[in-house]
Order: sequence, then structure tokens, then C-alpha cells
Amino acid sequence: MKEIKTKLLVIGAGPGGYICAIRAGQLGIDTVIIEAGKPGGTCLNVGCIPSKALIHAAGEFEKAVHFSGDNALGISASAPRINLRKTLEWKNGIVSRLNSGVAGLLKKHGVKTVEGWAKFRDGKTVAVETPTGTQVIRAEYIVIATGSAPIELPFLPFGGRVISSTEALSLNEVPAKLAVVGGGYIGLELGIAYAKLGSEVTVVEAAKAVLPLYDKDLIRPVTKRLKELGIKVLTGAKAKGLSSKGDALLVENGSGKDVKIPADKILVTVGRKPVTEGWGLEEIDLFMEGRFIRINERCETSMRGIYAIGDVTGEPMLAHRAMAQGEMVAELIAGEKRSWDKVCIPAVCFTDPEIVTAGLSPDEARAQGHEIKSDLFPLQANGRAMSMEREDGFVRIVARADNHLVLGIQAVGSGVSELSAGFALALEIGARLEDIAATIHAHPTQSEALQEAALRTLGHALHI
Amino acid sequence: MGEYVIKLPDVGEGVAEAEIVEWEVAIGDVVQEDMVLAAVMTDKATVEIPSPVDGRVIWLGAEPGDIMSVGAPIIRLEVSGEGNVSASDKKTDKGSEADALIAKAAKAAKDVAAAEETAKASTAATSTKVEATVSASAFVADGRTKVTIEKPAALQTRRTVSGPTRAEGEKPLASPSVRKRAKEAGVDLRQVPGTGPAGRISHEDLDAYFDGSTITAQPGGGLQANTSVTDIKVVGLRRKIAEKMSISKSRIPHITIVEEVDMTALEELRGVLNKSKSDDKPKLTLLPFLMRSLVKAVGEQPALNAIFDDEAGVIHQYGGVHIGMAAQTPNGLVVPVIKHAEARDIWGCAAEVNRLAAAAKSGTATREELGGSTITITSLGPLGAIATTPVINHPEVAIIGVNKMAIRPMWDGTTFVPRKMMNISASFDHRVIDGWDAAVFVQKIKSLLESPAMIFMEG
Repeated sequence: MKEIKTKLLVIGAGPGGYICAIRAGQLGIDTVIIEAGKPGGTCLNVGCIPSKALIHAAGEFEKAVHFSGDNALGISASAPRINLRKTLEWKNGIVSRLNSGVAGLLKKHGVKTVEGWAKFRDGKTVAVETPTGTQVIRAEYIVIATGSAPIELPFLPFGGRVISSTEALSLNEVPAKLAVVGGGYIGLELGIAYAKLGSEVTVVEAAKAVLPLYDKDLIRPVTKRLKELGIKVLTGAKAKGLSSKGDALLVENGSGKDVKIPADKILVTVGRKPVTEGWGLEEIDLFMEGRFIRINERCETSMRGIYAIGDVTGEPMLAHRAMAQGEMVAELIAGEKRSWDKVCIPAVCFTDPEIVTAGLSPDEARAQGHEIKSDLFPLQANGRAMSMEREDGFVRIVARADNHLVLGIQAVGSGVSELSAGFALALEIGARLEDIAATIHAHPTQSEALQEAALRTLGHALHI
Repeated sequence: MGEYVIKLPDVGEGVAEAEIVEWEVAIGDVVQEDMVLAAVMTDKATVEIPSPVDGRVIWLGAEPGDIMSVGAPIIRLEVSGEGNVSASDKKTDKGSEADALIAKAAKAAKDVAAAEETAKASTAATSTKVEATVSASAFVADGRTKVTIEKPAALQTRRTVSGPTRAEGEKPLASPSVRKRAKEAGVDLRQVPGTGPAGRISHEDLDAYFDGSTITAQPGGGLQANTSVTDIKVVGLRRKIAEKMSISKSRIPHITIVEEVDMTALEELRGVLNKSKSDDKPKLTLLPFLMRSLVKAVGEQPALNAIFDDEAGVIHQYGGVHIGMAAQTPNGLVVPVIKHAEARDIWGCAAEVNRLAAAAKSGTATREELGGSTITITSLGPLGAIATTPVINHPEVAIIGVNKMAIRPMWDGTTFVPRKMMNISASFDHRVIDGWDAAVFVQKIKSLLESPAMIFMEG
């Protein structure tokens, strides 16, 4: 095959890679992107998007179950059933619509897509195993956006009953008993979804509490809901492997006793690891930062002309971080002056209730040496939350005590993910408590809780 | 009372848009029929827009420098009796009218702010804070809606200190747009004091930093760096010149030939002719001689008297010689054209040069007089330098530049003799004129100027 010469080569068409390529195309840079799978990466194919589809379906199903019993709204309905195959078809439809959307955007901006698995030959050359042969591509700049993959436990290898998040999004039927190893956000999102669909769910978490990355105030409404949904949580517990028959998970529980958890499926969600193998990292020998590729504030690696973005460069492994990095790198390659100067990368956990964090938590702020003011406004006192039958949760704000600069905003509650935009905006433009307090928030919405949290931190909340 | 809308008239053949060069009236002015309201510029010339009616100006639809399409409303007048706007039209236009006023008021506020800042600079030495409340108001025609823009208090007191005000290691606080601007200007925001709430750095703080940072960075010494930047909007003739030059230089591969010419004989002849001429004849400069030489030379090489339409791939060779004459005016370069130089004798050429030069300088040259050339002469007169690289007047294919004349010692074979020498610098469109033809042409001009009798020979 004839060698391709290009200015920019992007390896991986996940959110980081495809945004980088689109922006580069907009800026008139000759760009080629390589992807072995479908465009969109983990996020679009086996992550954010399909999991939210499943979570939505589970939520709707659970509502129908709720209405089949005695309920405050006076709705009567018969007990629902779900045809999970049909649900999957619907989910797959969304995914393939987005696949072709991304492919179309790449094309529209003049980006050439090469299908196949890329491997570095040297710092300027990549060979791609395409369905029709080996394609050699030489590029002035290369962006590594290979992403991440689920971590496998050696004593619980994927296969059979042991599944990763990828398989959990494509089950043909609802497992009667589901064991979840790892109570992080991925395990809880999926565990809650299957519990709503009728599975008997047990979560096994090695730390003292689930969602170890969040503080206990944020977790409390979630653990309460887990209990309501009948999800069993074993904390301080260690998964040991499969039972000899292979139909149960062996666990050493918090008090050191071995227990057997019968399970039809065992979902292992103990984290994700960067994809640093199989694409010739050894040929270019980049400096690493632990398991991740080391980058500086311009996403440059230790080799000139090679950039890295997204999950392969470290935490937080979030699509929107990768996208912002990809955009920045494209602009850098176009000769613009850029560096990573973001104040916050908001994060959303789509459990029930949802958790949103932007900026620093009270503990993190104190750890950084700030003297802080912080208070929260409970959704219990929010009219919109009441009218949606979801009064659990709150909005919390963290600010500097001296000048009231907002350092962080967190929320937990049903549907609070949509509040994340306002949180991030406030932090990014450097708002003070007074700025948020003096901004009219539309009534009746959950967003009023943000304004009230600011008012309460200032000492004069109106609705509490 | 009615409202009368004046739209940008069709100011010339095939002109679809024109640039507002300046307003002769302001909002509130009372105007009479035929009074000039505005000057607009097309590709070729500046045209004045007279008022068709008596009335009072209530709205101006553009800023100087804006390009308006023909037919776009540019002025509204309040007139007695019926206007030319129906009530319903008026209603729908109110929004845009208010927008224009708001924009205007905002600009006024900005101007005031700029003026205030200048004042601030002078008072900064004595650390006096300026605490004026500035407001700019504008009224919509019916007087009901009032647009007022007040400057927020934070902008009025400008810091006079410089140097970091943040604690060691503390991150500067600024919105993403401020951060981006600083990055692009290569400014480390940690060095910029922020005057906003919580020490936030605003765009104004960044402006102040740009104005003052390097001054504070240079202690001692009598000399100070001048970091001021004056922004001059490229409008009117200057914009036209810029566009034209871009086209000429980017589209045409120039070849330039410089040749020296012994002007002694021609200067003698010119002296005699000027001395013996009757009073009704114009004084002869070098230009008419050069023009007549061009007529002779292109007679033998018609390829040089042409227009190259590179988009259509056609060269239009002209029988008539229409000589553009680059002339400096107070506003910039214009090129009036001596039409049919082949049909004018030396006196005719001289008279036409004088007439057009005067018209160009006074700005009264018409569109027709400023276009249609087939070859151009450029001369800087006494400033003419030793050699120049003239830029071809697109879409022509040749331009002749005249350089400075000086008496130089020339070797006549046995001794040095003083001769009046002058260089000519000529550029050609190398796409359609080969170097050989260009050289032949320049030699022809040289031989004609050196033996001026040849200029007057027929056949």
C-alpha cells in the first residue's frame, strides 16, 4: 500500500482523538485518524452512552414497578415486564447513530479515517494493520489517544460468569443474582440499574465504604437508596475467586470470615487501566508516570512531536477531560499558544441519586491550606424536588473564608447531573459566593438549591 | 410627523456595495434638501450622498468604515408630513433601531472611559483616584425609551500600583477568555494584579498591565520604552489601496528591470521648449515626454499595453494607450488616467496631466478618470531614489517607474564628462511578458529618451 504522509496522525478515535482530529480539520491541518473499532471509543460504544441508556431503561422500569403497587400519586398499573433484548436493540440504535455521527463529523472536517490497529515503527512512523493490508503512515505530529480498558483480576479472569462493564451493557437477560466486585462509580451505576431491573445485587468493596473517591456526606443519600433498592453491600471485603462449582463468588468479609455469594453473573469493576500495550510504545520509549504516559501542561510527551491525551495520560479518566485536551493539542499544532489552565473538570456519577462534583470538596480545600466557609442546601426544602418525589440530596458549596472565592461545588440528588454546567461555569470564571447568590435562578427548579447554598454559606439562606 | 428612510443609492455602474467614509451629519442635526449627508466610497471614487428632503436626522445605520450594500437603509430622517415609511414598517424596525442606539451608547461610554483613562494617566503621579460616575445616554426617536449605560464602580477606580499582589504560590484568578488572551500575548498572569472581586483579573487589568508593565520593569535611565500602540482602522482609500496591492503582489509574478538613461539631450530640449512656448501652453515636465515615448514603444510591442484577465485566461491588447499616472494625494495613492495618449501631442499630454493631477489632489476626480488605464507610470519626483521595484497596477502587465535625475561623471571614451543621468525601473507581469521582451521594451524607452528627436518622428 502506498505510504501516507500527513501533518497530524491521531491514534484512537475516542472522545479525545476524534475531537482533536475535528478541531485540527477545522484549523486546516492535514489529519489522519486511526481506529481499530467503531469511532467514539469506550465512551460512545461501551461506556458513558450505552450505560446511560441502560440506566434510563432501568429507571423507567422501576417507576412502573412502583406504580403497580400503592403509591402517593394514585396511579395504578399492572406489574411490568421487560424484554431486555429489545432494550439492547434500542441502546444499540443510539450507539450506531452516534457512531455514524462521529464518522460524519470527521469526514465533514476533511479528516481521513484509517481502520485498523496502529503500531509505532519510530517517532514519526506508524504501521496500521488494516483489513486490506499494512498501511504505513508518516506524520509530523502524532497524538496518542489509545484510552483505557477494564482491569482484570488474576483470580477472577473475564469469561463465563465473570464479566466486565462492556459485557454488562449487553446481557440478553436480567441475571437473577448479580455480584459486583468493586463499589466504585461504574460498579454502583450498573449494580443499581440491574437491581431496578429485578436482580438480587451484592456489592463487594475492599474499602470501608462504597464510592471511596467521595466524602461521606455525598455518599450517604446513595447508600440509603442502595438499601431501599435491596442492594447488599459488603465493605472491607475481599473477593477471593470463584467457588469450585463456579456458581458463586468467594469473599472474605469485613470480619475476616469467608462467605459464599451465589451469583449468575459476577461483574468486576475494580478500575480501568491505560492502554499502553500492543501499539509499539516500546519502539518510542516514552517517559511514564506510573502506568500512564507522562505529559506536561501542553500534553507533550517526552518525545518531540508526540502528544498524548485522555485516559492513557492519567486520572481523572473522563471523556470531557480528553476532549478538552484534544482540542488544545489541535490548536497547539496549528501554532496557537495554549496550555492546560482549567480550574475544574466536573465529574458526574450516574448512581441513583446522582452525584456531581466540581472543584474542591471541603476536605480537599482544607488539605490545600485554605480557610473555608462551606454549607449545603437540602433538596428537602426545594419545591421542585418535592414535586418530583425526590427530596433526597443537597447542593453544597465550598468557598474561601477571606474573599469568598468559590473553590468547589458538589451536589447529590436525582437528576442533578444537569446542574454540573452551572457549577463548572461558576468555578471557571472565578465566581464568588456573592456572584452566585446575586444571580437569579429560575423557580421552580432544582438549580435554586445552588443559589440557596451560596446564600446559606453567606449566612442568609431564604428558604431554610 | 413622518419618517423618511434614505437607502444607499446605486452610486455607479455595477457597484453592489460601498463603504461609508464619513458622516457629514450627526443624530439630531437638521438637514435641508441637497445638503450632503455622507461620503461613501466605491472601488473607484468617493461619492457624496445628498439629502432628498428637509428633516432631522434620527438614526445613522453604520459606522465609518462599514461596508453597506446598495439599497440598505443608512439614514432615517424625521420629516414634516408623510414620510416614506408606513406605520407597520416602523414597528418592526424599532428593535434594530434600539440596537443601534444601544451600540452607539455603549461606544460613547467606551470613549468616555478612554478619555477618563487618559486623564487618569496624568493624575496617576499624584495618586489621585478618579471617582467620576460616567454615563452615556441616548434617546430613541419617540423619547419614551431611554438607553443608559453606567460604568460600574469597579472600573472607575483604577489601580496605580504594580507588581504581584497575590500570595506566594497562589493561582491567579481569571476567566477563561482572560487567560487565553494573556497566553496569546505571552503574559504570565501571576504577574498581573487583579482589581476584581477576590483579586480576579479582568480584561481591563490586562489592558492596564500591557500599558504599564515594561515601564516598571526598567528602573533608572533617562530613556523609557514607549509601549503605546495606536490602532488605526484601515478605511476608505487606504483600504482600497491595501486590497489592490495585495492582489497585485500576490497574483502577479513581477520581473523588474532597472536601466540608466542619459537625459542630457532631453533636458536641453525641454528647457528650450519651455522657454520658447507661448503662454497659453502648459509648462512641460518629464512626464509628457515619457508618455509619448511609451506610445512609440508600445506601438512596436503592443503586448505591453494590455490587461491580463487571468481568471478568464485572456489578454486584452488595447489599440489606445491609456496611461495611468500614480499620484500621491493627502489621503494616499490614486491613479488618474490620461486617456488616449496616442491621440495627444506633447502639449496635450502635459495639459491633461496637469488637469488630472489637480483633480486627484482635490479629490474631485470622477470614477471614469480614475480607471481604465492600460499601462502605468509611477514617479516619486525628486524623491525618486536610484532604483525602485514598482508594483504593477493590476490587471495591467507593465509599469514604468521614473527615478531621480542627477548629474554624474560619465566616461565618453577619453574623459569623464558631466551628464544628467536618470534611472528607470520597470516591472512586468512575468506570466505573459518574457524577460527578453521586457528588456527590449526598456531599451526602446531608453533610446527614445536619449535621442528625443525620435519621439517626434512619425512612422
